[in-house]
Amino acid sequence: MTKILKELEVRRAGARAGGGERRVAAQHAKGKLSARERLEVLLDPGSFEEYDMFVTHRTTDFGMANQRHPGDGVVTGWGTINGRMVYVFSQDFTVLGGSVSETHGAKICKIMDMAMQNGAPVIGINDSGGARIQEGVGSLAAYGEVFQRNIEASGVVPQISLIMGPCAGGAVYSPAMTDFIFMVKDSSYMFVTGPDVVKTVTNEQVTAEELGGATTHTRKSSVADLAFENDIEALTEARRLIDFLPMSNRDKPPVRPFFDDPERVDESLDTLIPANPNTPYDMKELILKVADEGDFYEIQEEFAKNIITGFIRLEGSTVGVVANQPMVLAGVLDIDSARKAARFVRFCDAFEIPILTFVDVPGFLPGTTQEYGGVIKHGAKLLFAYGEATVPKVTVITRKAYGGAYVVMASKHLRADVNYAWPPSEIAVMGAKGATEILYRSELGDPEKIEARTKEYEDNFANPFKAAERGFIDEVILPRSTRRRVARAFAALRRKKQSRPWKKHDNIPL
Amino acid sequence: MFKKILIANRGEIACRVIKTARKMGISTVAVYSEADANALHVRMADEAVLIGPPPANQSYIVIDKIMQAIRDTGAEAVHPGYGFLSENPKFAEALAAEGVAFIGPPKGAIEAMGDKITSKKLAAEAGVSTVPGYMGLIEDADEAVKISQQVGYPVMIKASAGGGGKGMRIAWNDDEAREGFQSSKNEAASSFGDDRIFIEKFVTQPRHIEIQVLADSHGNCIYLNERECSIQRRNQKVIEEAPSPFLDEATREAMGEQSCALAQAVDYTSAGTVEFIVDGDKNFYFLEMNTRLQVEHPVTELITGVDLVEQMIRVAAGEKLGLTQSDVGINGWAIENRLYAEDPYRNFLPSIGRLTRYRPPAEVHLDSHAVRNDTGVFEGGEISMYYDPMIAKLCTWAPSRGEAIEAMRDALDGFEVEGIGHNLPFLAAVMDHPRFESGEITTAFIAEEYPDGFEGVHPDDVTRRRLAAVAGHIKLVMEAREVRISGAMAHHSRSMAKDWVVTVDKSDFNVHLEQTDFGTEVSFSDDGMLVVVSDWTPGQSLFSGMVDGENMIVKTDLMRGGVRLRYRGTDIRTVVRSPRVAELASRMPEKVAPDTSKLLLCPMPGLIVKVDVAVGDEVQEGQALCTVEAMKMENILRAERKGVVSKINAEAGDSMGVDDVIMEFE
Repeated sequence: MTKILKELEVRRAGARAGGGERRVAAQHAKGKLSARERLEVLLDPGSFEEYDMFVTHRTTDFGMANQRHPGDGVVTGWGTINGRMVYVFSQDFTVLGGSVSETHGAKICKIMDMAMQNGAPVIGINDSGGARIQEGVGSLAAYGEVFQRNIEASGVVPQISLIMGPCAGGAVYSPAMTDFIFMVKDSSYMFVTGPDVVKTVTNEQVTAEELGGATTHTRKSSVADLAFENDIEALTEARRLIDFLPMSNRDKPPVRPFFDDPERVDESLDTLIPANPNTPYDMKELILKVADEGDFYEIQEEFAKNIITGFIRLEGSTVGVVANQPMVLAGVLDIDSARKAARFVRFCDAFEIPILTFVDVPGFLPGTTQEYGGVIKHGAKLLFAYGEATVPKVTVITRKAYGGAYVVMASKHLRADVNYAWPPSEIAVMGAKGATEILYRSELGDPEKIEARTKEYEDNFANPFKAAERGFIDEVILPRSTRRRVARAFAALRRKKQSRPWKKHDNIPL
Repeated sequence: MFKKILIANRGEIACRVIKTARKMGISTVAVYSEADANALHVRMADEAVLIGPPPANQSYIVIDKIMQAIRDTGAEAVHPGYGFLSENPKFAEALAAEGVAFIGPPKGAIEAMGDKITSKKLAAEAGVSTVPGYMGLIEDADEAVKISQQVGYPVMIKASAGGGGKGMRIAWNDDEAREGFQSSKNEAASSFGDDRIFIEKFVTQPRHIEIQVLADSHGNCIYLNERECSIQRRNQKVIEEAPSPFLDEATREAMGEQSCALAQAVDYTSAGTVEFIVDGDKNFYFLEMNTRLQVEHPVTELITGVDLVEQMIRVAAGEKLGLTQSDVGINGWAIENRLYAEDPYRNFLPSIGRLTRYRPPAEVHLDSHAVRNDTGVFEGGEISMYYDPMIAKLCTWAPSRGEAIEAMRDALDGFEVEGIGHNLPFLAAVMDHPRFESGEITTAFIAEEYPDGFEGVHPDDVTRRRLAAVAGHIKLVMEAREVRISGAMAHHSRSMAKDWVVTVDKSDFNVHLEQTDFGTEVSFSDDGMLVVVSDWTPGQSLFSGMVDGENMIVKTDLMRGGVRLRYRGTDIRTVVRSPRVAELASRMPEKVAPDTSKLLLCPMPGLIVKVDVAVGDEVQEGQALCTVEAMKMENILRAERKGVVSKINAEAGDSMGVDDVIMEFE
């Protein structure tokens, strides 16, 4: 018996050694942690339950029979984050470059199936050279099986991808279909074709970092949601994100004890809106002052900064926030901001996270770039996402809500539940100057008359009361009491049930 | 007594005057510019009158507009505060013409003291000690030497038209005087086209000490001791105290009596201040007389118990002084710190913007100590570009200087200001500076102690440990909450670890955290234990508690991966990790700040409204570079880092596309 136990120990030690000391040292030299070290940081101490530690590939071609490593280049299992269960896989670059074989893929598929069945998020740590060429189509099949499960799991359990090394070619499409992608600066990259192929085909000279590094994907392409300085930071922040998310679409978002009075009044918000309607202000101040304990987890903070997306808590429960940012491009809606916010709204709706929208939007960005780029369809994504969302939706208009953009930003007409407006709000088809120029074209030569007309328009429409008279605004609220009003609105919506007509699925303008 | 007074000022001093008027049962009228419509003084006053656009020369210092406000409101008297119209004889005249009382000295006294040369002459005549020197023109080097000998070395040889140190020499003997005269003359001729030179005594180890006087219109004049204002940055007072740690009773009396003599020589009434420069041997020389209430008057009020504004109002109403010289004593010690909207880390560059957070420490008046904060701003208010960057005057009082300094340290720790750059960390650093504590200060203190500017305070080992203990306690509170999240696996919930590694700045402390009846016991693996007692809860921006039996107030901000702690001028990031994670973290490569770009790119299609810098300018991080208008909104583009502008490709009126290069840096 002791002999058997000893053998188990020996085998376990062999599996835990990964690709061996030399390769682990090389991994460390690149500033990267090993696959198992990453799980140590990600999960509660001692909580990791490993599966398939002894799985090896079955290939014999190209001398692979002599290159068997227990675990086959990926560590899988489950553990807890602050006591809540998550399924994890962590690719081991020290074992055959973390390449994906049929068995490597099967290990990932196994825990994804379990995650869906048992209702827990999947966190994938990607650090892989790509398909295991020696296995040929077997490797591609493995990818395909993982892709299919990413699709099945989408909207069932949260899926988070941490890119902590190379992720190239077809491999990128698994993270691409997950809910959130984190990347580490300088040590991770994602692209469909690498710099060498790019040079051959298009003659462009570009480094891997420029082509698909963390900065590129968080600022330019928006493929990734957040970029981090190193592995530790990325893993620690993944823990924080999990604290905001429900385990699956069968659960409500988590609730945490909170130390911030929901009745808290913040008088400084009364002066947030500058006297001059064309002066920007920082919408993040409002978000931070409304949130429990001023804690805001921003998603895609470096991309399309004219709209802000992220998670806060109110009375300890997760709320998704979407807010126009007047500091950037006047908070206008454009292709990028509409896409960014639409995806966020759909995530919240899929996982029963209520949505709080702060509106200060002057309209859609005009221009050929926008029209040629398809702003019509991209803008429609946000409209569609808000309209189909059945989670509690509370909207606060802080200043401008003009034209179509007013309708898009979680207006009453898109079945928002509670719509508030601050007193300086202007809810109208457009600003006073533009409107007057159209309405009184014949008087344009007479600046005095136009000025009077503009004033008339302002007096009539540059306020929230026209909308409130029609019930499109439920109540005009004092800025200082926003936290209290919003918290109470969500409290009243806790048992909200809204059904939609049966359909196989909708046809969102992708 | 007056029934209604108007305050022809803004900011903290307007609020200060309103407080006393209210106490005396006098109703108040505030005046305000368009930029101040929401200002605190407007909110505090019984009535408020709009007097024009933001620039002071179109509002606060336009006599006609103030006069109109007086007529419209029926105010019987005007308090001018300091600055603006406070020392303008024309204003005093305009008020007199309409029979409105000026809460300040008579016009003649303002005029007499307003001119540097006249005031010095008058002072000398009144028997006030003035800096010895020769004001006439000096013909040649021989005469210069002769005069220098008369004045007594060291002497300062100065160009009449001089400024900025040009044409200025200090001579300690005849040779240097001869040489200095010639070079000053040459430099003055070439720099200013005016080679007139004069010589005066050079004051060594100079201190700025001033005497507060108070006079009524019945011939009574008293002095209310001195204030020491030696801590100055480029002639701007930063820290003041009363009494001076330097003066003895005899010197104080001599200065006080000479000050009263001068006041009486010009028929002075109301509160006034006689400024002296005092050398290392306690010789004092008259500098000038300020015919108004001084910014730093609260320290005098705190040690004498006299409300100077009340006295000014009473004197203006014709009352006799209610106290005599023998009633004026010195009770304890008071210190004032001026909180400026100036970023000490960016070479004290003025900072404007919204006060997203403004929570001064609580004002208290106890036997052990007192805290007083004179302010004109509030949370959510705006620091505008139009006026003085002073946000508040934080004063503490205690029976002794040491205790007053200690009270000030705590008060600064508990003062929360966010949204703009400000000098709180610098003030805290000075309060902890051994030379300031010793009282061995001169007007050169800041220039000598911070020659390369201010780079923050590096905590000593003791402070580091104490901050590590605070960080450990905070971690424990956060962890205790995190494990209580809903949805945890029943019976498999996370256990809380007790061993942690606290990283403070770059030093690691291995600690064992234990929650006991006495508080959080933080045991350091190398040595010792600190007990932390605090009711801090997540979200509180101020940690307040006892660490090892001593009170500590620390500003805490949660940030990615750690907690930022600010205490006594230090500003550091702390991270608390399990020993294993700390070990792994120590392997993470240190990243150098990437040189992303030397370009300022246009972030949006828009119109350049304004370019704030020129080629060759050195810009500081956060400094405004230009303004781009897009969607009819103005966006200010700021420098991401320090640099020198090498090329500007746009000017006001240009249309730019996304990523067009607006300017380049070296």
